[in-house]
Amino acid sequence: MCNHMVVHTSELSDAEVDAIFHALADRTRRDIVARVTEREQSVSALARQYAMSFAAVQKHVAVLQRAALVSKAKRGREQIVHAEPETVRRAKALLDSYEHLWRSRVSRIDALLAETPTTVDPPPKGES
Amino acid sequence: MTVRDVVTDTEALTMTFTAEFDAPVERVWQVLADARQLERWWGPPEWPASFTRHDMVVGGESHYVLTGPEGEEMAGWWSVTAVEEPTRLAFDDGFADEDGTPVESSPVIDTEITLAPLPGGRALMTTRSRFSSLEAFEELAQMGMEEGMRFSLGQIDALLVEQS
Repeated sequence: MCNHMVVHTSELSDAEVDAIFHALADRTRRDIVARVTEREQSVSALARQYAMSFAAVQKHVAVLQRAALVSKAKRGREQIVHAEPETVRRAKALLDSYEHLWRSRVSRIDALLAETPTTVDPPPKGES
Repeated sequence: MTVRDVVTDTEALTMTFTAEFDAPVERVWQVLADARQLERWWGPPEWPASFTRHDMVVGGESHYVLTGPEGEEMAGWWSVTAVEEPTRLAFDDGFADEDGTPVESSPVIDTEITLAPLPGGRALMTTRSRFSSLEAFEELAQMGMEEGMRFSLGQIDALLVEQS
C-alpha cells in the first residue's frame, strides 16, 4: 500500500505550523480559542464580547478555521464555533494527504488517457 | 481533467473524491483493469508501482511493489470485493511483506471506485476511501517512511503547481 507514503500525520508541515502561529499571533483570536475551548458558542455570541463588528469577528474565526484550530457548524440560523480536538486535526491531516495522493493519481490517469485517442479519425473519403 | 469535489469526513475517516475525465467510461475502466496501465498511475510520484498479479474478480487479489527514489521497495495488495464492469470496483488496499504476503495486522483502506457516463463521451469517477484506523496509519507514517513522504509531498505540490 503506498498511501502511507504521503501521510505525514505525526508532524505538522511547515505550512500548517505557519497557519497556526499566524492564527495565534492575534490577541482576539487567542481569546476566541480560549472561549470556545471552554464551551462552543455562536459567532454572534462571540461578537458581543468584542468591540468590533460581527464581520470582523467572523474574519477572525475564518483565520482560526484555516489553521484547523476551530471549526464552524450551522445550527438553525446560528453559526456555532467549537474548538477542534486533536484527533479531528490528526484525522484531517491523514485525509488531506490522501486527497493529495488522489489528485496526483487523477492527473496521471488524465495524461494516460490523453496518450491514446478515444476517437479514431475516419478514413479520408473519396480517396483510394 | 477536472477535480469536481472532495469531501472528507473526519469522524468516519472517509474521503470521497470526484473527478471528470475526457474519455468514455469504458476507456477509463481500462486504466483500472489493465495492470500495465494501472501501474502508470497508482504509485505516488517517484514511487512507481509494478503489479505482479492483478486478478479483478470478487475474492481476487492484486499484488504490487512500489520502488522509491533510492531503490527502496514497499509491497502492497488489493483484495477485490466487488466488480461491475465497467462502472464499479471495490477493494481493500493493505500492506504486504517482502514476498507479497498480506500483513495480517495491517490497516486497510476500503476503496470503492465508481464510473458514470457524462454527456459528450466523458466520464465521472468517484472514489470513496475509508481508513480502518487513524492510529494504525499514524504508526505506519512513523515507521521510517517520513523522508519518502516528504519527498512525495514535494513532488505532488510541484505537479499541482504545474497544473494550475
